Parts: sequence; structure tokens; C-alpha cells
Amino acid sequence: MIKLDVQKKLHGSGGDFELDVQWEITEGEIVAVSGNSGAGKTSLIKIIAGLLKPNSGKILVSDEAWYNKENKINLTPQKRDIGFVFQDYVLFPNMTVRENLEYALPKNNDPKYIDDLLKMVHLENLATQKPNILSGGQKQRIALCRAIIQRPKILLLDEPLAALDTKMRKKLQNDIMNMHSLFKPTILIVSHDPAEIVHLASEMIILENGKITCKNKPIEIFREETNSLQITLKGIIIAKDDQFITLFADNRVQRIPVSQTELDYLQKGDEVSITSSEWTLTSSKN
Amino acid sequence: MNAFWEPLILSVKLASIATLLLFMIGSFWVYVLSMYSFVGKSLLKALVSVPLVLPPTVLGYYLLISFHKEALVGSFFDQLFNVQLAFSFEGLVIASLIFSLPFMVNPMLSAIENLPVSFKESAFTLGKSKINTFLKVMIPNIKPAIVAACVMSFAHTIGEFGVILMIGGNIPGETRVASVAIYNEVEALNYNTADSYSLILLFFSILVLTLVYIFNNKKISSAKVI
Repeated sequence: MIKLDVQKKLHGSGGDFELDVQWEITEGEIVAVSGNSGAGKTSLIKIIAGLLKPNSGKILVSDEAWYNKENKINLTPQKRDIGFVFQDYVLFPNMTVRENLEYALPKNNDPKYIDDLLKMVHLENLATQKPNILSGGQKQRIALCRAIIQRPKILLLDEPLAALDTKMRKKLQNDIMNMHSLFKPTILIVSHDPAEIVHLASEMIILENGKITCKNKPIEIFREETNSLQITLKGIIIAKDDQFITLFADNRVQRIPVSQTELDYLQKGDEVSITSSEWTLTSSKN
Repeated sequence: MNAFWEPLILSVKLASIATLLLFMIGSFWVYVLSMYSFVGKSLLKALVSVPLVLPPTVLGYYLLISFHKEALVGSFFDQLFNVQLAFSFEGLVIASLIFSLPFMVNPMLSAIENLPVSFKESAFTLGKSKINTFLKVMIPNIKPAIVAACVMSFAHTIGEFGVILMIGGNIPGETRVASVAIYNEVEALNYNTADSYSLILLFFSILVLTLVYIFNNKKISSAKVI
């Protein structure tokens, strides 16, 4: 069991607030942390990693204290059994892909393990390349490999897929699932993407201003948020004419009929949402 | 011919030894300032830069006082290594380490502080110590700044005059470096020789700075291509 009870004063764009989180995580699970920007998500996982020191509280991992204010215990990041994947990859530019992994490989481990990991993410042909010629998806896969190479007890992923396109996100989600089934680390993933959370996580919390406002299975949380199926499309008005507005939404230009009052009120460039409760189900499988 | 080249050779010898030692001392200084948080860090940073704003004669005066056999630094070197610092080549080396320290430390420190904090954090989460992170991750990613720091320290040591004259005087073969030799030749109204020394130092300065810019531009443009 991983027991978190941490408090930390944070400075956000909307002013100072206190991160105050009590959370028990079952080891070996994938759990997600969601919430608006500046809610304290990254701070929370940096506190777990030992990169940020809380003001008070305790962190217990399998009954071992990683942090305990009362007993003055604060393990350095080096002594915590963790892997950390940053949103911006943070591969070391002075090292090749293989050297990045070699750097992370614990002493006395078989270097063949690097080849196995590279094969698993289908990047073995890029082993001798420097990271700056790789695409975002390739970089993030290497970052994942580098974080998992030490077989950490806890893998912390800070919005690892946020900068990737949908296709690459799916590939990376599968890589995360594969790594989880192989090494069984507890994975904490910070994410904004409901589909990703539902796909990966067995439990999630939502943070608001540093406090947990919701804790449940992702599917239950999202079910609560929408008790009947409504499809919402966000778009930007690019033109308006007699009784119609032209929207750019879902990567397409759409023409929508509107009332005269709406036409008077809405302006070109406004962001709008269209909600529909009528739908047709079509499989995207080939 | 020998007498003409002697000050130039002495300058290059002084600058080479000083740059080598400065690289080692400067790296340690940068390591402490970039990897640790402690009270008095700003004071330590300020102390490095003091030679930039202090008149060379003031620095030279304090060094001369402290290099005296009765003073702490002077007696330390005298008793331990049997070396007299005032008016000696060894004294010039020690002084060069002090007046050129900001030229080594500041570019390296500024480059390290410009690296993303996540470099350090990432290495820590991989279980790497502070010294390992510094040597394997931070230093290799600031190579252009290290080259610039070494070249600037070398060039500044070659060009220093005030401090050198204060603590080294004008002893041929021992402390008469190129910058002091120019002053000496002008005093003796040997303008032709002073001219030659000055031209050599001028071209050396231009060459050094051009090489630094070429090296750094190459690094930047190769990064852009990728």
C-alpha cells in the first residue's frame, strides 16, 4: 500500500493555496491524477518523487517511510524506488538513445536488457541516434524505457502523452500497458484526457486548488459527470451570414442554423459549444 | 630575439597554467553553486565577481600585502612549499587565479543555470548522485560555454597589467610578461618594440574572440539544423 498524507504551500497563478492530499493507493495499480492547470498535480507527483519537499505529512510505501515530518525522514529522490517521465521527455542531448538507457541501467545489469526494451517499443534501429532527431512520440517512448529500466516500484508519469497526436497517444498507451503487465509497477499518471484515464487507470482523483474533490473509478466519475449521453463539440466561429454560422469544429468546417437573436449576439472568432443528445453508433474497427 | 620573445612566452606560460588551474577550481565552484542550496550563496557568487569591479591596483595591493612572508597566505606558501609569492612567477599564477576567476566561473554558471531544471531532476530520479549528474549530464551540455570560459580566462590573464605590476614588478624572465614589457618599452622610449608587442596582443585578442564566436556559431547552427 502507498499511503500519502502531504501538505505543501504552493504559489499558483490565482494566488497561494495549500496542497493537502490524503490518498491510499493499492500497489501495482495504475492510478490517474486529473484536474485543472495549477491544481497541484505536478507538485503532488514531484513530492512523491522527492523533488519537492512538503511542509508536513508522511509518505509510506510498503510500510517504509519515504517522508515523515515528525521523524525527520526525507529520502532523497536517488533513494526512492521511482521512475519519472516528464511531459517534455528530458532525454539528455549529449547522449545517444542507447547511452541514455545505459546511463539509467543499474550497475551489473545485462546491457542486453536495453535491446529488449528498444525492441519492445520498436525503436531498436534508432539506438545510435541523438535524441534531437527523434519525433515527440519516439522521444517519449525512450523516456518511458529509461524510467522503467530500473524496474521501479512506482512509475510517475507527468502528462506524458499531452504533446502527442491521437495515433501516437494510443501507441504510447499500449506501451504503458505492456510495461505495466511486464514489471507491475504502481503507475501514477497525470492526465487531462478522459479516454486515456478510462483506458489506463483503475482509480482516479480530481484535484482542485490542491484538494481532492473526487476519488473513484474513472468510469464512475465520468458517468456521474454525464448521466445521459450528450455529445459536445467545441468550435470557433469563422463566418456568419443570414440565419447560419460557419464553425470550425472537430477539424471540419460546419454550417449550423441559428436564431436571429443568436446571430446578433455571436461574433466571428467566438468559441462555442454545440451539444447534441442524438447520436448514431458506428464502429471504427477495420 | 630571445629577449624579445621572453615576455610573450612568459605570458603564454602564465595564462596556460592559470587557465588549467582555473578550469579545475572554477568547475568545483560552479558545482557547489549549481548543485547546493545554502545560506550565503549570493555572497559566494558576488565574491567571484569582485575582481570585475575592483580597480586592479586595489586587488594588487591586497594581494601584495597578503603575499608578504609574515602574512597568512605568504607564510603558508613559504613554510609549506618554500615558495615566495611576492615578486615571483608563482605569485603571478596565484593572482591570476583570483583576477580571472569570474571569466571562468560566470559563463559556466550562467550556462548551467540556463539548462532546464528537469535535466537535474531526471538524473536524480534515475538514482544518480549530484557529482555524477554534474559531470555526466550538466558539464557535457555546456561545452560551448566551457570553451568560451577557458578562452576568455586565458585571454584575460594574458592582458592583465595592473595586478601583475603591483605584485610581480618587472623582473625579466620571472614576472615581466607581455603587458608589463609594453609599459617597460614605452618608459624606455622604445616605441618600435612596444608597437610589436601591442600588435601581437591585438591580433591575438581578435583571433581568440573570432575563434570563440566561430565555435559557438557552429554549435548553434548544428543544433538548428536538427
